[in-house]
Amino acid sequence: MVHWTAEEKQLITGLWGKVNVEECGAEALARLLIVYPWTQRFFDTFGNLSSPTAIVGNPKVRAHGKKVLTSFGEAIKNLDNLKGTYSKLSELHCDKLHVDPENFRLLGDILIVVLASHFTKDFTPACQAVWQKLVGLVAHALARKYH
Amino acid sequence: MLTAEDKKLIQQVWGKLGGAEEDVGAETLWRMFCSYPPTKTYFPHFDLSQGSDQIRVHGKKVVCALGTAIKNLDNLSQALSELSNLHAYNLRVDPPCFSLQFLSQCLQVVLATRLGKEYTPEVHSAVDKFMSATASVLAEKYR
Repeated sequence: MVHWTAEEKQLITGLWGKVNVEECGAEALARLLIVYPWTQRFFDTFGNLSSPTAIVGNPKVRAHGKKVLTSFGEAIKNLDNLKGTYSKLSELHCDKLHVDPENFRLLGDILIVVLASHFTKDFTPACQAVWQKLVGLVAHALARKYH
Repeated sequence: MLTAEDKKLIQQVWGKLGGAEEDVGAETLWRMFCSYPPTKTYFPHFDLSQGSDQIRVHGKKVVCALGTAIKNLDNLSQALSELSNLHAYNLRVDPPCFSLQFLSQCLQVVLATRLGKEYTPEVHSAVDKFMSATASVLAEKYR
């Protein structure tokens, strides 16, 4: 059972309230595809991913990034039940999408860098620590139903 | 592999730190200790409280070493040879990939907080590749 202190929850929800989910999601997914180009293998149907500019401007990348981060928002509403929240998505990522769970960790770290560049000095070490904990737990929950 | 463009971006980013190496180093280490408490196990002999002199001094050391690497991007193996020996035989940071990954992530965050929008996806990618190459060199002599 994961334990969150009141302060940790505040650091998460306080920052999340200021996040533009569409922009951040698009940026995080684009960076994943740019910084770790092998992840493009999961997005064959997305069209032009031939350069950082193409990736950043790709409407399918933007739309999917928004979807992914919206789902993250659900996790934030259910911090005490991440396992339940991600149960179906975990099965999906294993059985249909065949995504190596290592990629969840990569995306989590990328999201943290995106938040850091948006919030600059407000993204304090304490804030980063709580968010690293969160992305780690989300990655774990997404990997839970793998078999 | 680091492309010519990657090398240019890395050198530019480093140039923007303008004398803040000590701060960047200290903050990177502090963030690493906060986010990844097991990394503290490599520093039992340090005062690990916030703002400690030892963290500042060591942070500066780490960042200066990275600065040296950045001046020698065409020959990382040789430039980091001594440090490679140190990490393999003395420090034995284990496993090399994981722990250096945490340092890399925290350095990225520090650079991103300082550069904001200037920390573009291309810069992010170049720095990530550089840290990965550095970690590989440092791990070269492990076995």
